[in-house]
Amino acid sequence: MIYLDHAATALWRPSGVEETMTLAWHSVGNPGRGSHEPSMLAAKYLLRSRQLLARYLGAESPEEIVFTQNATMALNIAVQGTLREGDHVITSMAEHNSVLRPLYLAQKQKNVSLSFLPLDDKGRIRLELLETMLRKNTRAVVITHASNVTGNVTDLSEVRAFTRRHGLLLIVDASQSAGSIPVNVRETGADIICFTGHKALLGPQGTGGMYVRKGTEVEPLFAGGTGMDSFSREMPEAMPERLEAGTPNVPGIAGLGAAVLYHENYDDAKRHHTEMAREKNFILRVIDIPGIRLYGDYAAEDARRVPIVSLNIEGVDSAQLASLLYEEGGICVRAGVHCAPLVHTSFGTVKQGMVRFSFSAENSDQDVNSAAQLLRTLAQSLRA
Amino acid sequence: MRAKKLYKVIAFETNTRAMEMEAFCEQKQIPGRMIPLPQEISAGCGLAFRMLPEDYTASMQVLENDGPAAQGVYDIMMF
Repeated sequence: MIYLDHAATALWRPSGVEETMTLAWHSVGNPGRGSHEPSMLAAKYLLRSRQLLARYLGAESPEEIVFTQNATMALNIAVQGTLREGDHVITSMAEHNSVLRPLYLAQKQKNVSLSFLPLDDKGRIRLELLETMLRKNTRAVVITHASNVTGNVTDLSEVRAFTRRHGLLLIVDASQSAGSIPVNVRETGADIICFTGHKALLGPQGTGGMYVRKGTEVEPLFAGGTGMDSFSREMPEAMPERLEAGTPNVPGIAGLGAAVLYHENYDDAKRHHTEMAREKNFILRVIDIPGIRLYGDYAAEDARRVPIVSLNIEGVDSAQLASLLYEEGGICVRAGVHCAPLVHTSFGTVKQGMVRFSFSAENSDQDVNSAAQLLRTLAQSLRA
Repeated sequence: MRAKKLYKVIAFETNTRAMEMEAFCEQKQIPGRMIPLPQEISAGCGLAFRMLPEDYTASMQVLENDGPAAQGVYDIMMF
């Protein structure tokens, strides 16, 4: 088996993740619910992971880090917690349903209006149109840092300049970027950054979170026990407890902390260089396959890419191609729409979908060569 | 050029039900495999269960009586 579906979830994880999760699994109580040792240990794991993530993202304080089950939950909290009745939001055609569906829900429930930045022929978000979309009631820009279909990275400095100029909130979906390229809160200038633990961060599934810049008002989406201020009918005012109701996934969050520690120790720049080398090798080997079409800005510099290559073979259903890649070569890829419907509207691939190859630093050149060779063979036999 | 073959492709309302189908067929030793949902059925992604027509015919009764409810069964020419 050759796993090239890292944009869906990582397969390999640092040994420290499993070790830490196992330790926590066997030892923790409920964090913040007592001062006995198991409860304190759970709280220490949470704080440690919060500290590690705050440092990794360049946050001012661990209190700016909120834990969630995944990026989708974080994005729901961000969208529902910041938008008010009648607001206007600027987003893009590159977004995943984790952004789109919360926005559509806000459209339905709060009469929020939406404007979508279109994509160019390489799938790049046309940020130059930001000013044309501004309205009196524009409240936020909600935008992906890196597309889960094209691998294109958004130039957040341009978005940040726009949101600062007009006093808007900047909410960033870093699902595909965190762990692959720097997601520094000072550089991105975002008010809220939503991330998942299980992709390039190499943490466990069921973990994620959000950076919420100090002073950014976010109404809780969930209410419940926090282990403090129990006679109050409302969630605490203080962050991060304000957005964290109920018992958290302590073993998972402890594992996420271990994954972040791995990134700190390993050198992310080296890791990204390796995964991009795999992408480039793959493209080099498939670019001349008759009938192939690649979707993305593959000539962009490494800093503007995450290692995702989506493609089609002319006239071949992406589901069929992905199935054959697995049946005949054990190549694990993802077919279809990748939960990003508007990308496919933009490229005219609504029916065909695309086949997505996503790489990691753990893939070898041999993995890449085998996948490229089988793709070439299949393309010849399916189109002949 | 490689030839397409006729398959029976069973689609479901949810991926949960598709996975129940796989577990059911494994338990009953009914041949077939999960595939990404072909574009002929829907462009919206998902999973489907693919069988050879003769295997489908042989197991049709048990599938209909005891198997997870299908959204539809399609005849599709596939590689």
